[in-house]
Amino acid sequence: MSDAPTLAEICVVACAEAFRGDGEILTSPIGVIPTLGARLAALTFEPDLVYTDGDALQLGAPVPLGDEHAPKIVEAWMPFGKMFDVVWSGRRHVIMGATQIDRFGNQNIACIGPWARPKVQLLGVRGAPGNTVNDPTSYWVPNHSPRVFVPAVDCVSGVGYDRAAAAGPTASQFHEVRHVISNLGVFDFETDDHSMRIRSLHPGVTLDAVQAATGFELVVPDPVPTTRLPTDEDRRLLRDVLDPAGQREGEIRT
Amino acid sequence: MSADKRLTEDDVVAELRDGMTIGIGGWGSRRKPMSIVRAILRSSLSDLTIVSYGGPDVGMLCASGQARKVVYGFVSLDSIPLEPHFRAARQAGTIEAMELDEGMLQWGLRAAAMRVSFLPCRAGLGSAIMENNPDLRTVVSPYDGQELVAMPALPLDVALLHANRADRRGNAQYLGPDWYFDDVYAMAAERTFVSCERVIDTEDFTAHASEQTIKVSRLWTDGVVEAPFGAHFTHCVPDYPRDEALQRDYAASAKDADAWAAFRARWVDVPEPDYRRLAEASLGGAR
Repeated sequence: MSDAPTLAEICVVACAEAFRGDGEILTSPIGVIPTLGARLAALTFEPDLVYTDGDALQLGAPVPLGDEHAPKIVEAWMPFGKMFDVVWSGRRHVIMGATQIDRFGNQNIACIGPWARPKVQLLGVRGAPGNTVNDPTSYWVPNHSPRVFVPAVDCVSGVGYDRAAAAGPTASQFHEVRHVISNLGVFDFETDDHSMRIRSLHPGVTLDAVQAATGFELVVPDPVPTTRLPTDEDRRLLRDVLDPAGQREGEIRT
Repeated sequence: MSADKRLTEDDVVAELRDGMTIGIGGWGSRRKPMSIVRAILRSSLSDLTIVSYGGPDVGMLCASGQARKVVYGFVSLDSIPLEPHFRAARQAGTIEAMELDEGMLQWGLRAAAMRVSFLPCRAGLGSAIMENNPDLRTVVSPYDGQELVAMPALPLDVALLHANRADRRGNAQYLGPDWYFDDVYAMAAERTFVSCERVIDTEDFTAHASEQTIKVSRLWTDGVVEAPFGAHFTHCVPDYPRDEALQRDYAASAKDADAWAAFRARWVDVPEPDYRRLAEASLGGAR
């Protein structure tokens, strides 16, 4: 394709890459871009990934996003009770959102301000505590800023590396915060002390820009890789199969 | 003669008492027993502890001031992620909260269902819920030294559920893709009241659906309320979808006391037969 890939398409591919090597596990992506990432991975380099319709049906083939009337191939039944079974069994990799995230990957979706009487009540911790100590977890942040990437989160919903270690071997046994994908780059925790590292920056994003948008010091590799661009096939699948309505372009506020 | 458990919403409310712990089935803004919740709002009940994967059930009981404490994994309207009335109550400090991981909530209900005081789990370790709920304890496995969260049982005085169909004896049928944890709420409760879209003859359960859809047995139910549109404005698929337009009005009613009073006058403080007509018209787009 001759036109340049959009930022949303780059982020979809970055989300897809988080699932590389996962094999036959259940992906639970929250949000449009993570959902497309999981399905793109399944249609390209991780053909055995398992995904649902976002509700109780495990799908045998992806349906176009937002098309409520598209026929579904149902390969298994996955009501919430089963979903908890999967989470606690370790056969899952979720990409959640994060209202706040810190350098060790502690994530907050519960509230802003003191939990006892929050300034802003958000969702509550939802499944984040259980997800993070049972399965690999990644995060998608469409608005990378110092308000999201903070020195310390207000309410630890998803558990980070320091807290998992402090809570003991049962907490850290299956704990893995794999990637944080934002509109600026991809970040991981593959450092000696598991503090957040730049894995790659999206094309055109400078080191200064990402550091200025982050409320703590990032570990910087040398050289800094650039995020993989979508292939022509990735873009064809996104446009023709997975997201013909173009919902992906609405999730990143610029 | 076998028991006929049919009741009205007001009969159910008459069985409730101030200070009770009430579990409410469904999930978020999906298949909530809203006609019974509205009947609670019209009553003088107070000081309630609500256990729920919360949606507008929790929000309305916060707005009315009847919930003293809420035990939850989340409270959300799904298509509107943050429940505004619950949010206002938390931010004003008017309710006590026990916030749990989603999996832990069903685990606490299962412990109550088994009549054990706790069940062990990994979920919760390392997270803020251990600090925010100082009564939570861990337990060390006698077999290998694993330290796990001892999720306390969440016994319920009453569970309130909404099903697609039920028979007069109290068996309940779920025709949508997920029955959530309704069966577990029932097992965790001293008494369970099920509202349903339609009461049918027992032999009709399997006329159009498999026997696997009859998820709650009369072993665990004490009353059945026939409540067409009883889950409205939450969804009750396949009978009807969520009434997104009314849900938006409900969310907007958290703006101030006058807005809530206006919503309440139109959509809560009305007799059920009138509500059903309003709900049907609203779902049809005629409002």
